Amino acid sequence: MATNNYPTPMLDVLEEGPWPSFISGFKKLRDEHPDERIRNTINGLMGQLEHSYETKMGYWKGGTISVFGYGGGIIPRFSEVGHMFPESKEFHTLRVQPPAGNYYTTDMLRQLADSWEKWGSGLQTFHGQTGNIMFIGANSVNFQHFFDEINEYGWDLGGAGPCVRTGMSCVGAARCEMSNCNEHAIHRRLMNNFTDDVHRPALPYKFKFKVSGCPNDCQNAIERADFAVIGTWRDDMKVNQEAVKEMIMKKAKEIGKEGDRSAGRQYMFDNVISRCPTQAIKLNDDDTITVDNSNCVRCMHCLNVMPKALQVGDDKGVTVLIGGKRTLKIGDLMGIVTIPFMKLDTEEDYERIVELAASIIDFWAENGLEHERCGEMIERIGLVNFLEGIGIDPDPNMIKQPRNVSYVRTDGWDEAAEAWFNRKREEKMAAAA
Amino acid sequence: MAAPEMRDPIESGCPDGFQYMHPVMRRNFGLWAYHEDPRPGVLVHVSKTGEKVWTVRAGTQRILDVFTLRKLMDIGDTYGEGYVHFTIRSNIEFQMADGAKVEPLVKALEDAGFPVGGTRNSVTSLSHTQGWLHCDIPGTDASGVVKAMMDELLPEFKSWNMPNRVHITTSCCQINCGGQGDIAINVQHVKPPKINHALVGNVCERPTVVARCPVAAIRPAMVDGKPSLEVDEKKCICCGACYPPCPPMQINDHQYTQLAVWIGGNHSNARGKPTFQRLVAAGIPNNPPRWPEATAIVKKILECYKAGAKDWERINEWVERIGWPRFFEVTGLPFTKYHIDNWRGARANLNSSTHIRF
Repeated sequence: MATNNYPTPMLDVLEEGPWPSFISGFKKLRDEHPDERIRNTINGLMGQLEHSYETKMGYWKGGTISVFGYGGGIIPRFSEVGHMFPESKEFHTLRVQPPAGNYYTTDMLRQLADSWEKWGSGLQTFHGQTGNIMFIGANSVNFQHFFDEINEYGWDLGGAGPCVRTGMSCVGAARCEMSNCNEHAIHRRLMNNFTDDVHRPALPYKFKFKVSGCPNDCQNAIERADFAVIGTWRDDMKVNQEAVKEMIMKKAKEIGKEGDRSAGRQYMFDNVISRCPTQAIKLNDDDTITVDNSNCVRCMHCLNVMPKALQVGDDKGVTVLIGGKRTLKIGDLMGIVTIPFMKLDTEEDYERIVELAASIIDFWAENGLEHERCGEMIERIGLVNFLEGIGIDPDPNMIKQPRNVSYVRTDGWDEAAEAWFNRKREEKMAAAA
Repeated sequence: MAAPEMRDPIESGCPDGFQYMHPVMRRNFGLWAYHEDPRPGVLVHVSKTGEKVWTVRAGTQRILDVFTLRKLMDIGDTYGEGYVHFTIRSNIEFQMADGAKVEPLVKALEDAGFPVGGTRNSVTSLSHTQGWLHCDIPGTDASGVVKAMMDELLPEFKSWNMPNRVHITTSCCQINCGGQGDIAINVQHVKPPKINHALVGNVCERPTVVARCPVAAIRPAMVDGKPSLEVDEKKCICCGACYPPCPPMQINDHQYTQLAVWIGGNHSNARGKPTFQRLVAAGIPNNPPRWPEATAIVKKILECYKAGAKDWERINEWVERIGWPRFFEVTGLPFTKYHIDNWRGARANLNSSTHIRF
């Protein structure tokens, strides 16, 4: 062990206990890495982190740094205590876009580790909260070399700043029976249409795409994405009645009452029938179920409980919700249903969703205030102005309930009602065609 | 001197993950019929074609050094089939077509110190932020909080003892990039920013900072003959939003930065609609290196949830059923004026009915 290491008595405590310790990993780099540059960098980093633990303050400040040709994708960090820990006084993070769905081969990750070791600190994270691979800790010279190297073999930076941010998509159709769309194709089509907006921040604020293949929303899209794409279906869910019967007996066995049909039925009542938010499932006397599909809201609960017995339908598509975000500045907002259902099968369908995203980003870039998220703009101007701005007709699926305050001007009522009836007629004709 | 030759970037954007998936997953893309859970941390998905893919999920320290990353890759090559996937909570997953490899892989991961679990109704790994390690505005650390908490919650990571899944998040400032969780541990500042007036005029774009304040508490001012900003401390909600665009408005404080616990954030549409987390405890000491007070509150909430909730109820659904007064009663947490919402739209959070449990 080198004698010139900064003492880290508080960090040392985080080596105790069974969960994997990031401090043990740091120490391995600091004490055992063959490259002196990495050993010193991590020593400085640990010295500064210990200093933070002791003083309960952070000591990194931002700056402006980017690779040649881009305006974002790097999180610059300069130490405010660089005079105390000069080895890590520049410690920038490169945000790198992962493959859609976060799939990797071990070889790819080794290749990235080799490059990163050459130019950076040897620390990386899979993944940051926006969804990037984060390569944490390059100095102001080496980050460009590292980017050049990995960019040559297929990697690109993600977004940082007021730009389109790196997207996220769930495990999806690759390994999930709940999937209703090709999450990864949607993710890539959306992201790679806006590459320029990712790399050159020029929007009012950040704009995030997230794709979840079903309403379980594993990617937290509704609450955290400006543009949330959620897979869903329009026709009847599929019921395997034999598997329902099996499930009833299996549950009876699991709760220690093997062969007791009524105990299995009780489980079904308690955990499926009574939990349906719209009371759309009935358990019949012969242990089959009847589903009122016209009242099913695709909440996913019964499918989660009985993945073998129930499955999503065949007429699949997506629901698009716009404007989700966390607190800053006006408070938390969830996405609002903007497209209740659209198919995503053909090339034209994919073009349509990309066009929708482009029209939303354009309208927001034009009308959003500085540092105002898309959802905040909608809050400020009202949903109707937003819908008119992007050319989408109003739909009752966009609301929980109609307005309740009587102060509203309705002088365009007749035209609006006529437009509604015309749309309904067209929908009917299209369905009949 | 001639300018150095610079290389133009290749704007390749998001790589195609399809080419990196396990061949069984590529072959059965969109054809999965159902899945089963043989044990905590292990899934098996069955395709309509009859093929199966096995998944083993393990917890990591999230911030990986290259040695740890290579160790995970070695395990993946030796015991798995060379294909990995990461969950959004930084758990690593290994996929395999051969079910016989599951047990040896589980053992190899456990032996190397990576706990296997985090599936179904367990407490999965915390999603967390950067903290003192890399953020420019952190009130606390993230990696350390998570490490300390997961040390204590490990048995719940490795088992299926919870009524439903539990997602815990941490965030080291009130921007809360850790996001919504069944339980969220976030920084809560309690004192307005301390302004270094000598620096503001040269460092901050003042109109931007004024516009950034959610409660219009910041106004331009001349202080000691220099252009600066002043804060109406009565209005200030100590959110720290002015600090990123104006570092001389220091919001972090070694003495006054505290932690708060929020519960009931749930992003699934299952049963109920998605919900945002709600404040249940504040004033918790920011106490490195192990933050025992925050962990104790989290454990208490988990204990009450485990004892009181029905199967499949997430934390928000459990509280909705038993009511907030009962929640404060069973957890022993104080109910204060700070729990009562006064933000825009607060009325929606107040009770205008006689639905009261006695």
